[in-house]
Amino acid sequence: MNGAPAPTRKPDVRVVAPVGARTHWEVGGRPPEGAVEVGAPAGVVTYEPNDMTITVGAGTTFDELDRVLAEKGQECALDPRSRASTVGGTLACGLSGLRRLRHGPVRDHVLEVRFETGDGKLVKGGGPTVKNVTGYDLPRLFVGSLGTIGVLQQATLRCRPRFPSAQWFAGDAADRYRPSARLWDGKQETVLFEGVSADVQEQGRGLTPVAGPPALPEGAHRGRISVAPGRVRACTAALGDDIRWCAELGVGTVHVATDDPSALLRARAVAHGHGGWMLREAGGPPDDDGYGCALPNAALMQRVKDAFDPDGLLNPGRLPLGHTVQP
Amino acid sequence: MGPGRASAEPLELALYARDAGVAVGRADAVCFPTSGDDVAAAVRVARRHGRPFVARGSGTGLAGGATPLDGPVVIVTTQMNRVLEIDAEARVAWVEPGVLNLDLSRAVGHLGLHYAPDPSSQQACTIGGNVGTNAGGPHCLSDGVTSAHVLAVDVVLADGTEARLGGLEPDSPGYDLRGCFVGSEGTMGIATRIAVRLTSDPPRVATMLCAFDSVEAAAATVSGVIAAGVLPAALEMMDARITQAVEDFVGAGYPRDAQAVLLAEVDGLEHGVAAHVDAISTVARANGATLVRVAADAAERALLWKGRKSAFGAIARIAPDYYLHDAVVPRTKLVDVLRRVYEIADAHDLIVMNVFHAGDGNLHPLLVFDRRDPGIWDRVYAAGTEILDACLDAGGVLTGEHGVGIEKRDLMPRMFSPDDLDAQARLRDAFDPDGVANPRKVLPRGSRCGELQRAPEGTWI
Repeated sequence: MNGAPAPTRKPDVRVVAPVGARTHWEVGGRPPEGAVEVGAPAGVVTYEPNDMTITVGAGTTFDELDRVLAEKGQECALDPRSRASTVGGTLACGLSGLRRLRHGPVRDHVLEVRFETGDGKLVKGGGPTVKNVTGYDLPRLFVGSLGTIGVLQQATLRCRPRFPSAQWFAGDAADRYRPSARLWDGKQETVLFEGVSADVQEQGRGLTPVAGPPALPEGAHRGRISVAPGRVRACTAALGDDIRWCAELGVGTVHVATDDPSALLRARAVAHGHGGWMLREAGGPPDDDGYGCALPNAALMQRVKDAFDPDGLLNPGRLPLGHTVQP
Repeated sequence: MGPGRASAEPLELALYARDAGVAVGRADAVCFPTSGDDVAAAVRVARRHGRPFVARGSGTGLAGGATPLDGPVVIVTTQMNRVLEIDAEARVAWVEPGVLNLDLSRAVGHLGLHYAPDPSSQQACTIGGNVGTNAGGPHCLSDGVTSAHVLAVDVVLADGTEARLGGLEPDSPGYDLRGCFVGSEGTMGIATRIAVRLTSDPPRVATMLCAFDSVEAAAATVSGVIAAGVLPAALEMMDARITQAVEDFVGAGYPRDAQAVLLAEVDGLEHGVAAHVDAISTVARANGATLVRVAADAAERALLWKGRKSAFGAIARIAPDYYLHDAVVPRTKLVDVLRRVYEIADAHDLIVMNVFHAGDGNLHPLLVFDRRDPGIWDRVYAAGTEILDACLDAGGVLTGEHGVGIEKRDLMPRMFSPDDLDAQARLRDAFDPDGVANPRKVLPRGSRCGELQRAPEGTWI
């Protein structure tokens, strides 16, 4: 919360940083110094392919999840940047994958969560069935909370049949029906179609088949811009030559990377100028881990945080409510 | 608020004392705002007089979520019914909460778009109410319920302040307050403007009617379709009693001698649709289907759907009252749970009819009765509770799309531990520390740690 002091803690209590595979270790700020790192169990708890649901320990890697689901011709399109990422880390960071346009954001894949709160209670939210509105939506609250309201133990995810065919193409796909991804790097649009083979080929008519998507930009300083989809082209045009980027058309996510920490701040300012914002994924100036703008609804969010972590033990200083956020 | 926009007339208070559920409450005042500022003013006036408030759309909710408890001000949003903005390219619409669900799809139909969640009450229910309950519908099988289609909500919070939760950008900074708000049944504030995602109309749609000699065969087909790797756009089931009632009512072309019918819809591109129609036909025939028919044209498709969506109206031909549950069970447990549902109804000498979203395991067992029969409510409640128990025992949940409201509030401990409920209560309190937004809904008494557990004071009739 803006300008608020860090909560006072009993001197003998150490803060906690939930840890997965460290593939998202700097997203939303670095974990606090001297924190006790707490992991979660790995492995499949239950998988009933005919229900299209799977329950896994939060420490399960995406690679393992995907392998188990693939054996039954299914998948869960969390699509983290690294296959070594854990399910818990992917949910906590809330970073959706490249096929979000078709498959939806991470938060729409989560049916039930079990996490330990800051005051040591094991809490279940949501339910194990594919459809459920019983009680408040703790699964969606957890997604993107960056380990600040609880340490995830277990999650139940929605799966779906794997498409029999998938192919990337280069070319303008604005008029095609429900592509799975549309990427734009300033020179070329790359689009993914999934479905039965004949449909995929027809969808790709007039486009050029390519081996895969462009590599996401790499660099010591990385971030993810979030703007309304209609603002993507204007936003990326304003980024400048020292920022490498790849945009998800139709979604509004722009992946940016640079070798210069101050350029990352400039990318963030561009996002603000287009009515959006930027989440830092890695690097950036060490003394600035915030949003660079006032967080909307900060007081309400602080009350939500306090509801689950009254003593401020979980990832203090890390976003969503990092204490160094500057307006 | 303008003249005539607030009332405490007994007739009006009586009208707003209940929704489409069975509980009856009591409002102390009712108002009809026409803007977000009006809503904020109404909340502030209520608070100044120490009164809670309850948001209400068309009152089609079945769980008593809009039933006024503790003499609140009922804030009716039906006069806020404008579609404010349509962005066809971004596939987003901003609407006021009183816009009717079907009116939104009609407003964007000429653009080749629609609003995906389609509750059976879609001709009457409002988008605001849909947000409150996180409403579903047959076509939520492939596209998800309301929460997956709401991008942003402008709300009046319990303290009368206004806030935007979520946004048009794909991820909003901080916690997903939008996700918390959708489905909170009016206990976290009142939506005054809603940004919804619109969905492209599919190039191809195939609607199939399959008939079976037994409920078990139909249910096995549902599981078989999912097992075959097909995720239809919709997969609905109706048993013999409801099928006959629907035929008598609207003549949808369902076979009268079937013990169960499945309505399956697949959509998308030409070859995928054809492949899925084949797969569903194969599974249905393998389970002994007596009829597999694909609607020949849009008119036949519309008629098949008219039957399904008229089901609740058709029940009036059997008995004047019905009581409906909304539990979800794992799809693999459908056959066992349906058998139990019929056994329970028989044991209580009640008629049960099943018409439901089979594809996602969302049961809607309807107990039909005449409330003038002495002692009938006791039997209906007893059977309803046993049915819910059977669903929970099978690994299910209390509600798939109707919400908790009052109806399932006191059953929440069957699904959630004291710590789970305490966490939910704390989340609710973060939004509404004084408990003035739709009080005594969703969470049972005693949800907060240290709160005295007392027998619930119901308003049951």
